[in-house]
Amino acid sequence: MQFLSYLVRGISLGSVYALIALGYTMVYGIAKMLNFAHGDVIMVGGYVVFFAFCKGNMNPWLAIILAMCACTLLGVTIERIAYRPLRGTPSLAVLITAIGVSYFLQNSAMLLWKSDPKSFTSVVELPSLYLFGGRLQISAETIVTIIVSLVIMFVLIWFVQRTKQGHAMQAVSEDRGAAQLMGINVNGIISLTFAIGSGLAAIAGALLLSSYPTLIPTTGAMPGIKAFVAAVFGGIGSIPGAFLGGILLGIIENLSKAYISTQLSDAIVFLVLIIVLLVRPTGLLGKKQMVKV
Amino acid sequence: MASRKRKMRANTKTKITSFTMVLAFWALIEGIRLSGHLSSKFTGLLIPVCAYIIMAVSLNLVVGFLGELSLGHAAFMSAGAFAGVFFYTTAGATLPQPLALFFSFLIGGTAAGILGFAVGVPVLRLSGDYLAIVTLASGEILKNVLNSMYIGVDSEGLHFSLKDQFSLGLLPDGKMLMKGAMGITGIKKCSSFTLGIFLILLTLFFVLNLMDSRAGRAITAIRDDEIASRSIGINLTRYKLMAFVSGAVFAGFAGVLYAMNYASLVAAKFDYNLSINILVMVVLGGMGNVPGAIIAAVILTVLPELLRGFSQYRMFIYSIVLIVMMLFNQAPAFVARRQRLRLKFRTRKAGQDGEDGKEEI
Amino acid sequence: MALLEVTNLGISFGGLQAVAGFDLTVETGHLYGLIGPNGAGKTTAFNMLTGMYRPSEGNIILDGEDVTGKSPEYISKAGIARTFQNIRLFRLMTVLDNVKVGMHNRIHYPMWDGVFRTRTYKEKEHDMNRKALQLLKVFGLDDKADYAASQLPYGQQRKLEICRALASKPKLLLLDEPAAGMNPNETEELMDTVRKVRDDFGIAILLIEHDMKFVMGICEDITVLEYGRIIAHGDGETVSNDPRVIAAYLGGEDD
Repeated sequence: MQFLSYLVRGISLGSVYALIALGYTMVYGIAKMLNFAHGDVIMVGGYVVFFAFCKGNMNPWLAIILAMCACTLLGVTIERIAYRPLRGTPSLAVLITAIGVSYFLQNSAMLLWKSDPKSFTSVVELPSLYLFGGRLQISAETIVTIIVSLVIMFVLIWFVQRTKQGHAMQAVSEDRGAAQLMGINVNGIISLTFAIGSGLAAIAGALLLSSYPTLIPTTGAMPGIKAFVAAVFGGIGSIPGAFLGGILLGIIENLSKAYISTQLSDAIVFLVLIIVLLVRPTGLLGKKQMVKV
Repeated sequence: MASRKRKMRANTKTKITSFTMVLAFWALIEGIRLSGHLSSKFTGLLIPVCAYIIMAVSLNLVVGFLGELSLGHAAFMSAGAFAGVFFYTTAGATLPQPLALFFSFLIGGTAAGILGFAVGVPVLRLSGDYLAIVTLASGEILKNVLNSMYIGVDSEGLHFSLKDQFSLGLLPDGKMLMKGAMGITGIKKCSSFTLGIFLILLTLFFVLNLMDSRAGRAITAIRDDEIASRSIGINLTRYKLMAFVSGAVFAGFAGVLYAMNYASLVAAKFDYNLSINILVMVVLGGMGNVPGAIIAAVILTVLPELLRGFSQYRMFIYSIVLIVMMLFNQAPAFVARRQRLRLKFRTRKAGQDGEDGKEEI
Repeated sequence: MALLEVTNLGISFGGLQAVAGFDLTVETGHLYGLIGPNGAGKTTAFNMLTGMYRPSEGNIILDGEDVTGKSPEYISKAGIARTFQNIRLFRLMTVLDNVKVGMHNRIHYPMWDGVFRTRTYKEKEHDMNRKALQLLKVFGLDDKADYAASQLPYGQQRKLEICRALASKPKLLLLDEPAAGMNPNETEELMDTVRKVRDDFGIAILLIEHDMKFVMGICEDITVLEYGRIIAHGDGETVSNDPRVIAAYLGGEDD
């Protein structure tokens, strides 16, 4: 039973990672860049929900929608100002800029909202689920997070495979130049990708903080990096891969916390990343890519 | 052959500039110190400044010359610091001071180099984003491991644990050498500014000479085009490792220098943020530009201390520096605008040949 | 024995057969052409010859040694050098350094000699500089030695790439569309240069080119590829009169 309870907690954490990883994988798959600032967009989403819902007593749904709008706007603006001018330059330049953006968001939050931790009230107002005669408690947040990330995963798959914009995204991901020649507005599609990824980040922020209610300016950093690990684990660019990677990573992290060492659990997560990248760089569900000469 | 001479000058110029700058800095500080005007706050900064200069120059080897982003440079500093200090506080205590110091640096640099090799061999096959994230991960792993490392010694010998102090099972005569997150305490401070300057000169000597040789050309060739490099027979792994491991060794030296300036040493100091700080120095100095990195390291270490109340804006400004510098130096639109401006400038100064093959990306 | 003997070379990418049954014999001192419509597999063939791609079948014998599936580094050392369709220079390095990097495996000294500026370092560097400038002179680039490679005009960048390839002292030089983007005058001049390189350096040259005048003008032996297979082979006249070649060119392509 003990094990089952760790497992459930792992899945709960994992579904938050999955949610963030979905945004990561979309942006990486289509814009071909590692958006280091993704985790910090989550943090901004968290603050918006905090001020609207926890402080302002706004309806939780409205608060989340507000946060989604704010994050979408933020994501698109970041892309427009910091990433788009660098399109076509070596990945080193974009990567350093993305780190700059990540720091910018963290430190702006520090200046605006101070570094003292804010305690977040859960946006989920449902009772916990008790199984096995109350021996196994599953919090409502866990259930909601799992359901939400599953739903979003399926919606994203549907969107990418069935809609016109989705097809355009696939084209941009495969070959940006060719897509442009076919009349696809590449910049528009990349903006759309950032909009979707950042909108998801707001939901991820609200759910992350509902389960782990301490909000500080660096709240998003670690989950952001781990979600990237999850996305790589599952196969970067793959939507089901991001989900699978997230869940597995959550389980690995929680089980190593429980059975190996709390101190070393992060080290174990990162070790998993290194091993995955070395043994199977395309991740669990990723496709192999050829380098053109 | 006239052009050859110009080339030699351009290359030697970087060297002369760098060495002169460092020596002048040393003379200036010593001068102020002799005149008794050096405040204690400033004195406390001297060794960190030296350590950061070494860090920035050695990271430049990887980021500026090899063109790969390492986000774990602080980890090598950490490895050097812990290995060097551990030796110094244990076996080193039995040796005469200069010898102990010498071996501490040797061991610190070697430990960092070994770590660099261990990380580099598997990881340098990856590149770009993956390499960046894996170096970040390696840094976090090392920090976590050092943070939960307990080492003690008693009459039965060394005891080691990754759990806690009590599982070491020390005898009553035992002594703790390393206490997890508390790290190593009771270090006899023995770094000096002159030693720091000496190490900077050593780093410069190595890096600048290396880059102006066959190996250095291979490293910059890899940065400019991996596929073309392979096509002319350059062994990518070998030269990537060379840049990465040499960078790590000097970061290790910087770590020992830095650690021996304080009474205690904790792993948390060498985190991701420190790696980013060093990266900001490299970027601000102009990637691949060694004198630039030195100046940036000095400014970014001293300035926050000089400006009161600046500290809370410090990281905020760093982030803007990173973004603006990258956009300004790399974005095609900006680069084109700059080139147009330069062209205008040059036609005005007609007849003057201002190009000197500057190595900047 | 021929310098290069390629038999039945083929490669497929995920089920798609890009090149199949590629045969080629190259003798020292001759100029060979590889032509065909876009997407015919010419560059893919180059990539297999230089080790960038691992062939799925067939053999590449260079100077009696089987180099099939060896790494690009190995093949470079074994004596094949190449240029690229989309120029791949070391853009931020000087023109001179580009050529000196090309000599990477021809003139070497240990890393520590470089760090400590030993006599070996000085001698070897001097030797390299001399040889590199000589080579640049052949292409009229010696007065640009200190420019960054990216500062050169397009035509000179193509030349510099050839120069860099020659710096490794290859037995066989592969040129991927050397005349692409050049005007008729530049092309004319390049033809002379390529011939001169063949004669002065005593090597074999295999080139891919779309400019028919160029290929017909200098290549003694032409291989035509379409859909990854050889459809014709012979001298200029044989090839240009081959009905399949005419069909291939008139049928689909207009470049």
